[in-house]
Amino acid sequence: MNTLSYELPQPLLKRLNWLDWLYALLLNLGAVYAFMHYSQFMDAYEIGFLFGAGLLFTWLGWWWKPMRALVIGVGVLSLAAIALYDGDAARAGQSFFLKYLIASQSAVMWMNVLFVLAMLTYWLGLFSRSEFTAKVASSLTWAAVLMGYIGLMVRWYESYLIAPDVGHIPVSNLYEVFILFCLITALMYLYYEQRYQTRQLGGFVLVVVNAAVGFILWYTFDRGAHEIQPLVPALQSYWMKIHVPANFIGYGAFSLAAMVGSAYLLANRGILASRLPALSILDDVMYKAIAIGFAFFTIATILGALWAAEAWGGYWSWDPKETWALIVWLNYAAWLHLRLVKGLRGPVLAWWAVVGLLVTTFAFLGVNMFLSGLHSYGEL
Amino acid sequence: MRFAVSLLTVLGVASIIGTVLKQNEPYANYIIQFGQFWFELFNLLGLYDVYHALWFLLILLFLVISTSLCIYRNSPQMLRDLRNYRENATSVSLRSFSHQASYTTTASAEALRAQLLQFLTLRGFRYRIQPRDGGELIAAKAGSYQRLGYIFTHAAIVVICVGGLMDGNLPFKVQEMLGHKKIETLDVPASQVPPESRMGVGNLSFRANMTLPEGSSADVAFLRVKDGYLVQELPFRIALKDFRIEHYATGQPKSFESDLVITDPDLKEPLTRTISVNKPLIYKGIAIYQSDFQDGGTGLDFDMWDILGAGNRSLPLKGTIFDEVKLGDAEDNLTIEFNDFRLFNILNLSADGKGKSHNVGANVTFKVRDTQGQAREYVNYMQPLRLNGRAYFVSGMRNTQREEFKYLRLPVDEDMSLQSFMRLRSVMFDQAQHAEIAARLSRVAMPGDASDADLKAKFESSIQQLLLAFSRGGYTKIAEAIEQAVPEAERDNAAQTYLKIVNGAAFEAYNLSRERAGLPAAAGDEETQLFLQDAMNAMSDLFFYGSPFYLQLQQFQQREASGLQLTRSPGKALVYTGSLLLVLGIFAMIYIRERRIWLLVKANEATGEQQLLFTMSSNRKNRDLDLEFAQYQQQLQQQLTS
Repeated sequence: MNTLSYELPQPLLKRLNWLDWLYALLLNLGAVYAFMHYSQFMDAYEIGFLFGAGLLFTWLGWWWKPMRALVIGVGVLSLAAIALYDGDAARAGQSFFLKYLIASQSAVMWMNVLFVLAMLTYWLGLFSRSEFTAKVASSLTWAAVLMGYIGLMVRWYESYLIAPDVGHIPVSNLYEVFILFCLITALMYLYYEQRYQTRQLGGFVLVVVNAAVGFILWYTFDRGAHEIQPLVPALQSYWMKIHVPANFIGYGAFSLAAMVGSAYLLANRGILASRLPALSILDDVMYKAIAIGFAFFTIATILGALWAAEAWGGYWSWDPKETWALIVWLNYAAWLHLRLVKGLRGPVLAWWAVVGLLVTTFAFLGVNMFLSGLHSYGEL
Repeated sequence: MRFAVSLLTVLGVASIIGTVLKQNEPYANYIIQFGQFWFELFNLLGLYDVYHALWFLLILLFLVISTSLCIYRNSPQMLRDLRNYRENATSVSLRSFSHQASYTTTASAEALRAQLLQFLTLRGFRYRIQPRDGGELIAAKAGSYQRLGYIFTHAAIVVICVGGLMDGNLPFKVQEMLGHKKIETLDVPASQVPPESRMGVGNLSFRANMTLPEGSSADVAFLRVKDGYLVQELPFRIALKDFRIEHYATGQPKSFESDLVITDPDLKEPLTRTISVNKPLIYKGIAIYQSDFQDGGTGLDFDMWDILGAGNRSLPLKGTIFDEVKLGDAEDNLTIEFNDFRLFNILNLSADGKGKSHNVGANVTFKVRDTQGQAREYVNYMQPLRLNGRAYFVSGMRNTQREEFKYLRLPVDEDMSLQSFMRLRSVMFDQAQHAEIAARLSRVAMPGDASDADLKAKFESSIQQLLLAFSRGGYTKIAEAIEQAVPEAERDNAAQTYLKIVNGAAFEAYNLSRERAGLPAAAGDEETQLFLQDAMNAMSDLFFYGSPFYLQLQQFQQREASGLQLTRSPGKALVYTGSLLLVLGIFAMIYIRERRIWLLVKANEATGEQQLLFTMSSNRKNRDLDLEFAQYQQQLQQQLTS
């Protein structure tokens, strides 16, 4: 009788080891330290976010162990960068480590390079059926994610070096959110990679990530978008810290689903079928990604409405960005409805997921490029 | 269902139209854009305010009704399913399940039952037991609350839509159709707007705007509807004490703040509050937001320069934003309408557009209207702008709103003033001075005594002709003269010669103008040459400037106006509740998995063994079910054989 009980799924808390607890302690003590030193610069919401973030990342690390290493790695290296800066923006060009590794610009460039390499390696692994090559690709992706998050964290600090009133979280313009998009999409992919024990999809997902990388490069070199700009008054709100990331979990998940959908379509026609996971797995990943994306996109849209009520005087203004968010929402609501209620399966849903990416891309980028409205923060 | 989906699609398409076609623009813009026919058609369809068009609202209303009916019809069944263990499933139907496994065990019936019940409980399943064919059926279920997800999400859509409809302008639409209310389209003071275009204090929901200049107050706001407006009366009076814009070091705006004073008979003392973007004030259920700002009637002092006549003095001119000034006599007058003043202008003036943007100082926008009602729009910068390393007073001009501004650049002298240019211009454009200029130029160009007086006179006369042409139309007039008088093959040569002569004449004219002003003659250095080149270009452009004067802004007394938005939205609470329901519903729907297990136990009387049929199902056939079934199947196997 007892032989069975240890195979049961244990509640999360019972599965924790001393490393988990150490991790939790470190993270939340960090939050307490920040509170003790900097609480006079924060309002009640920001203090809530500080401790909320401590708990959130504790939980994420417990639930998906590799997160622990990532969070600690980002924390340690970002703090190292801050120590190297020592309050002087000019150090970016003087300190070796800052200049070539962990100043935000350098870190983002490393992220770009690593993502390109990771994609090529994934494809090489797929064609040569080499498990080792695929593992290298995963490591490269992890390294890219690490560098990207360091880039964002250090950028956050650098914004305060320009002037205390310029400082803000780096999710305020197209350049910054594109980095965020790359990171979230890659991280979600890495989760599914581990969960489904399949590295064959990396090449597909990283295509969309590298499209974003290409955009970042163009945006940096042609438009100088990497320059940190102060926030316009409408963006000076704590809502930005949750609205934008929630949205990009949605966008990232939808992109991931579209790329898995395209792998499904190929495999369904016998292309690469022997190298790709089974159709049922592809279908499942696609569904899971759209489900989580939909949930977060809903939350993000609601948070946006709450924020709009405070900044623009109404929770819904039929601003083009809002309207397109609604269209994206309806699109995926219909997708889920057909799958969950009508039980639809197969290539139709995969096609739909791919087309959904076009709609999502328009909502994300096209609206900023072609339509004008209240959301004109990231213009090309 | 199918109908509801089609309606949703129509809503989607309409929403897209609403994002592509700019909403709530002045109707005149649409007429220009589409022409009369399409304008009327689109207007009929309500495309200029799609989201408040009657048909749009009706579709929404219909969706609300259809979703409500859907909930009404399906909820009882869903709730029954939620509670139901399906313990009446027949043995035959259980044997047709796709997920099933059979076991045989020697354990006693009681021991087996205890084992199975523990197996279920540990995995979060709840169960019912029913005797069946001498044995028994254990029917179990988990994750039933998934069903609530459907109810929550659909209810949320209804609640959100109802809240949205409450905050829409449906009451006004109904009153408008019944003829009680009417949109005001005339530009009259708020106090003169008739009652049928006024919404009373009791209006439940509105989103109105108010522009308050500093030092003024108001107790009404305006609702923009179609091509007109309505007046919204407020239960209190708002006064604006001060409006402030703070800037970052780079010149971009950092904050917009208004100091408001609210007076209300219900208040003992006036309420003083500062609002800013993202920090509204809510008073008596009405939220007051900082939405924008504009000029509130800035006072302006100009020097007015005559730019086509012979004078070189400026006249003072006073103006106020939103006011107008009439110039000249009744028949041939010009009206200057001052439209806007901006203290800060962040421009990127580098030639390749890659340099840094910076603040170039104040500018003023005005229109000059003639007696026929034709108007040209101008924008004049107060400070000289540095373009390609040289400083100019810049004035933009356009004939219609849809054009881009074309810029006139007037070069400044070493004192950063327009004096030198204006003096030169007055000499160049004064026919009476042309003889003198020609004489001076010919003295320089043909030195020596009057050996050939005839040739000299001819030369002087051609200089005078060129100057005359230039003073009547700039380079264009000279080009015309060349085209008329010179055969095509020689035009290039002629043009070069003429340009040389005109430029030489300009230099003489410049010195003449300086002499008259009591200044020393200018050196013929590069600086002077560049100045003269700029000046000649500017003079030539004056003929396309469309106004006989240039207004140089000398001083201003800024008065700002704060743009406030006032909203009352009783539907907000509903919308937020609906949103919460929606999130709960979505998570329940996606992350709670409904699963059912049936365990059919029957003793085999021949062997004395117990036979167990294990079947599993879910309302969603997916990989998770396959995996879970495989796992349970194996675990049961282990448990029964251990």
